[in-house]
Amino acid sequence: MTDQTASNSLSVAGQRLIARFPFVPAAIILVVLLALNGWFEPRSLSFGALRGLVSTYLALMLLAMAQSYVVFASDLDLSVGAIVSLVNVVMVTVMQSLGGDPLMVLFACVVGIAVGVACGLFNGFVVAALRLQAIVATFATSIFFTGIALYVLPVAGAPVPEAFWLTYASSYFGIPFVFYVLALVLVILTLLARSGLVIRILTVGDDAMGAFHSGLPVTAIRIKGYALCGLFAALAAMCLTGDTASGDPLVGGQMTLNSVAAVVLGGTALSGGKGSVLGAVIGALIIGLINSLVFFVGTPSEWQNLVQGLAILGALMIGVLVSRRAQK
Amino acid sequence: MSEVTRTGTETGNANPTLGRALALIRQPIVVALVLIVILLALGETLSPGFASGQQIMRLLIVAALLGIVAAGQNLVILGGREGIDLSVGGVVSLAAVLAGNVMNGADIGIIPALLVALAVGGFFGACNGIGVTLLRIPPLVMTLGMLGVMQGLLVVIRNGIPSGSAAPLLSTFVSKPFLFGIPGILWLWVAVGLLMAFMLRRTVFGYRVYAVGSNEQAAYMAGAPVKRIRVALFTLSGMFAALTGVCLLGYSGTSFSGVGEQYMLPSIIAVVLGGTPLSGGKGGYTGTMAGAVLLVILQSILVTINIDESGRQMVFGATLLVLMLFYGRGRTMRG
Repeated sequence: MTDQTASNSLSVAGQRLIARFPFVPAAIILVVLLALNGWFEPRSLSFGALRGLVSTYLALMLLAMAQSYVVFASDLDLSVGAIVSLVNVVMVTVMQSLGGDPLMVLFACVVGIAVGVACGLFNGFVVAALRLQAIVATFATSIFFTGIALYVLPVAGAPVPEAFWLTYASSYFGIPFVFYVLALVLVILTLLARSGLVIRILTVGDDAMGAFHSGLPVTAIRIKGYALCGLFAALAAMCLTGDTASGDPLVGGQMTLNSVAAVVLGGTALSGGKGSVLGAVIGALIIGLINSLVFFVGTPSEWQNLVQGLAILGALMIGVLVSRRAQK
Repeated sequence: MSEVTRTGTETGNANPTLGRALALIRQPIVVALVLIVILLALGETLSPGFASGQQIMRLLIVAALLGIVAAGQNLVILGGREGIDLSVGGVVSLAAVLAGNVMNGADIGIIPALLVALAVGGFFGACNGIGVTLLRIPPLVMTLGMLGVMQGLLVVIRNGIPSGSAAPLLSTFVSKPFLFGIPGILWLWVAVGLLMAFMLRRTVFGYRVYAVGSNEQAAYMAGAPVKRIRVALFTLSGMFAALTGVCLLGYSGTSFSGVGEQYMLPSIIAVVLGGTPLSGGKGGYTGTMAGAVLLVILQSILVTINIDESGRQMVFGATLLVLMLFYGRGRTMRG
């Protein structure tokens, strides 16, 4: 009897914890995966290996964040990968035509962000103002954005100026550049999480009609969510460009579905209204760590994709089940 | 359907006939058919011979491949609760590769290959359905995860066994005149269309699908086995995708693992252009068939026009957006 009460109160505490911090189950999975990685390959927890993990998956983390702001409003953006590609080729082309000196690289970054936000605003207009169904409408815009990317740079392979990728790969004061970016992103994320905008986006996702009746400009808020998504997709494109050091009009296509998976892994409900952006960042890392763990365990190469697929499906299911139990 | 008619007569109070006419031209299937005719005419002007009988037959074959996947997608979407199947592309690829390996260029192997493909497609579909109902995983998440599993499985199969090829009889069935000068796959598509129409409009199962899709709670109260219906819908979706996979093998001769991915989102677009909203419970397969033809003709026109790939994609994306404006847009906040 007392045992049961104790376990009940424990599970109630757990539920409250998860309701307050939806990313807790994901964080636990993350720690377990880190431990397993370390168990099977001790060097995978070394500073250099972690740096490699972060610099490879920083783009996906940012793209998962981008997707979060849309999912919060119970929308979806299937064009994020195409936005990454477009920003990538625009930046590379601008850098090439203006030369590689640092000021011009900076200018190219500003142009890239402008392009990302413009794409996001366009998506927001199409989905929220024209009231098209998000899944099919953003698929259509993704075709459109890919077309523009192909127009800007028809074939992959334009190199990026040294100033850009060297910065991404270098260290300052003994700490790799990517860690500064990660820290900066976490700061922005914390600031945004406390901002009125994100709370309003969540409110709209929870109950759009209720939000409208309490006087919130629902359409404008959803458009802003898409604009934020475009902004973070542009940042993701910058990291990807730093990592690959070249322009490719189709580079981001594969990342779209992974960004959705990362959001769900992080404990955010696709139905909108609740979730955390930190969860999405953790979700992206979970995908990365599952991929490396499958390798470290010694899975034969042709089986790796299957085991990865099964592990990610399993993690997705656990994530959904745990977060629903917490919300009962 | 009744909703459209009602709004039509309401807006046309002064003139009921006009109202009814307006309602008619707002019917998704009418929109799709009119657009198909316009696009055919446009294609014929841009490149004479575009709307010739032979050319239309070729377009219809491609449309049939898309249309059969879209049948399953249509069922899953009709069933509601954000029903969607992102794994169809994976099933198409998997079925094509497996069928190729089983038949390996021999006519005698067609039936076993078809059975293997349908069983595998049905199995993955059932897994999706069970995940969605028993574990209550959102369909988008479940089928997305399953897509990853299937892509992994394709790598295993491709590395293990050399890819097989289509049997001559299968290729003939798909792309050569079969009966009354019409290719077999079109007869198959007509059969799928009749089957879907019969299932959705004449059976208890079909009525229950609409009931579950429009109000799950009420359907449950009225005694519909909601979970079993939803598992059945996902299973059927897997099997229809597998059927397309086998036909696709016949169409292209050999199979490669990424062959089905081109069907994932277009199958959803075909359903939406056919007038079935993603919210489920409304619509039907006849519209989806028109939607599939519309999509294929549009793509074909863009290939005909002499512009490069970038322009083609931009025009295609923009046209899809414009087309969607004709169909079930979300309601306004003011109701």
